[in-house]
Amino acid sequence: MGDGEDDPVSDQTAAVELSAITKRFGSVVAVDNVDLEIADGEFFALLGPSGCGKTTTLRMIAGLEFPTEGSLKIFGNEAGTLPPNKRPVNTVFQDYALFPHMTVEANVAFGLKMQRVSKDEIAGRVLEAISLVRLEGLEQRRSQQLSGGQRQRVALARALVNRPKVLLLDEPLGALDLKLRQEMQGELKALQREVGITFVFVTHDQEEALTMADRIGVMNEGELLQVGTPAEIYEHPVNRFVANFIGQTNLLDASVVSNDTVCLANGVHIPGHSDLPVGTRVAVCLRPERAGMHPPDEVPADHQSVVGRLEGVTYLGNALVYTVVLDWVRLEVRRENQPGGYRPYAGEEVAVSWTLDAVSVVRA
Amino acid sequence: MSSTVQPRGTTKIALTAHSWLVYLFFFAPIFVLIVFSFSDDRNVGRWGGFTLEWYQDFVEHSQLQGAVWVSVRVALLSTVISVVLGTLAALALERFKFKGRKVFDALLYLPIIIPDVTMAVMMLLFFAEFFEILDSVFGWDVQKGLGSIAISHIAFNISFVSVVVRARLAGMSEVLEEAALDLYASRWKTFRYVTFPQIVPGVAGGALLALTLSLDDVVITQFAAGPGATTLPVFVFGLIRRGVTPLINATSVLMLAASVFLVALSLAFQQFSGRGGRPSLRAARQAMSAKPNTNTQPKEGINQ
Repeated sequence: MGDGEDDPVSDQTAAVELSAITKRFGSVVAVDNVDLEIADGEFFALLGPSGCGKTTTLRMIAGLEFPTEGSLKIFGNEAGTLPPNKRPVNTVFQDYALFPHMTVEANVAFGLKMQRVSKDEIAGRVLEAISLVRLEGLEQRRSQQLSGGQRQRVALARALVNRPKVLLLDEPLGALDLKLRQEMQGELKALQREVGITFVFVTHDQEEALTMADRIGVMNEGELLQVGTPAEIYEHPVNRFVANFIGQTNLLDASVVSNDTVCLANGVHIPGHSDLPVGTRVAVCLRPERAGMHPPDEVPADHQSVVGRLEGVTYLGNALVYTVVLDWVRLEVRRENQPGGYRPYAGEEVAVSWTLDAVSVVRA
Repeated sequence: MSSTVQPRGTTKIALTAHSWLVYLFFFAPIFVLIVFSFSDDRNVGRWGGFTLEWYQDFVEHSQLQGAVWVSVRVALLSTVISVVLGTLAALALERFKFKGRKVFDALLYLPIIIPDVTMAVMMLLFFAEFFEILDSVFGWDVQKGLGSIAISHIAFNISFVSVVVRARLAGMSEVLEEAALDLYASRWKTFRYVTFPQIVPGVAGGALLALTLSLDDVVITQFAAGPGATTLPVFVFGLIRRGVTPLINATSVLMLAASVFLVALSLAFQQFSGRGGRPSLRAARQAMSAKPNTNTQPKEGINQ
């Protein structure tokens, strides 16, 4: 996943380029000074909790909102205040927004009809788009007669038939049930590879972002906190919020002592890389699946460790999650459910351990 | 399935009797009206044998004919104009934010709230002043007539149309319009291909309401009408004062027939536009066709 991750951005014109974009609704700052480049052909996810500004950002790219400040370029052309019908982008809306008074076919043909494409060409391209999303045979149905998954496909076909340069998707899988959602994740990814255009999608589901996206932008309270590949975001979150939002994590309060040493809240100095100034409050981010667990006197020599009391074990089937309580922090340790190995009981003293490469130091 | 809420025994009998009484109350006067329109006796309440004389009278009565045409023209003119203006007002209030929106919103309800008589006096004064200004400034001698009646009808119809259309607009997601814009439609095309088809039932309902209100109105019309033109209801009102003959019955029956025709037309239109489309209508139809099944099947047999 890491190969050439910075190449697409520098090599050619970005598909979408936001520079110092701010959007205010009255006194509310919905999007705060965001800089972002999305490369051509990229599958990009904007991830964040509800109200973080991700949908507003998407709507600004679509032209459904105009930025208050900053510049927005689509393939190098300034598009900040261009109306939505003048942009080479199309949107798959959250609840699909299919036209209820039209058939599937008419829905898909709508964009081409508005662009005054010739009838013959419309017929051909509609057919192509409908087969691309595998909806053959449903052309004459209306949206009320379709299932959630089928509606989503119609919405995709309706957007893709226009051959947009960028496809925007607003929580495209939010309305589907779990099984269908997982199925569609794979399909969307395959579809993007097939058509080869830039996909920008908004989601609050970190798992969805991790599985589908080439790169993820994490947003909170209008700010873009971090942009990176799923691995970068998961393994090297920039701060406590990102670490917490993406996956499960243990955060041990600490402060910076030097370039490669931090002082945990219990006063113990441990190795930990950071470029932050001495004295900065930080957290050591330890993912549950990267933590080890040993009897207190059997910790391997190259491991750091803290000792606590095992409070309980949650049985997940394929894994076990141990909750270890210290007087200043609670830690979770996840172990694959394999035969043998160390299986402490609740109430026992255990050491939670890690190697240096298992943790990252994040801003508190 | 609905067995426990179905009335039984005396309750059921009482409810049935009540229903019939209500129907009787509704339809008996209409029945009497229709029967006596065929009565061969100048006295309205006395049966003097069957005749079509009063209908012939209606056809030959030139003043009545004139009133009918004034009514129809006023109704059509005021309906068309108030539907356009009322729909525009509804769109503006429901879709745009602008200064003074709330004031405009409140003012739009005024014609619905204020009594007819007040409205009528307002119209009377307005036309008197307005025509005087026209006369003194431009030297135009304008008289009250078809035009002033139509304007007064438009004045109250706009409110009714916009209320009905707004209800429909409020139920329509704005995202549909955004989707159309996103799919390269201009604002006009968005209205033409997405917004309008969605609100058509509201616009049609508003038009029908406007048509009915215009055809029915007596009070405001009486004040806005001039010597030149008067509408059918106002004319009939005048006839009554001169003595009632079954001619009024015949006229009323024809007006009734016209209204029934209009309502039937609007229902047919809604059925047509609802085919396969509108979920509420389909649901209603399904519910109606499903009902006999639950009634004819024994309760215990449903699950087997």
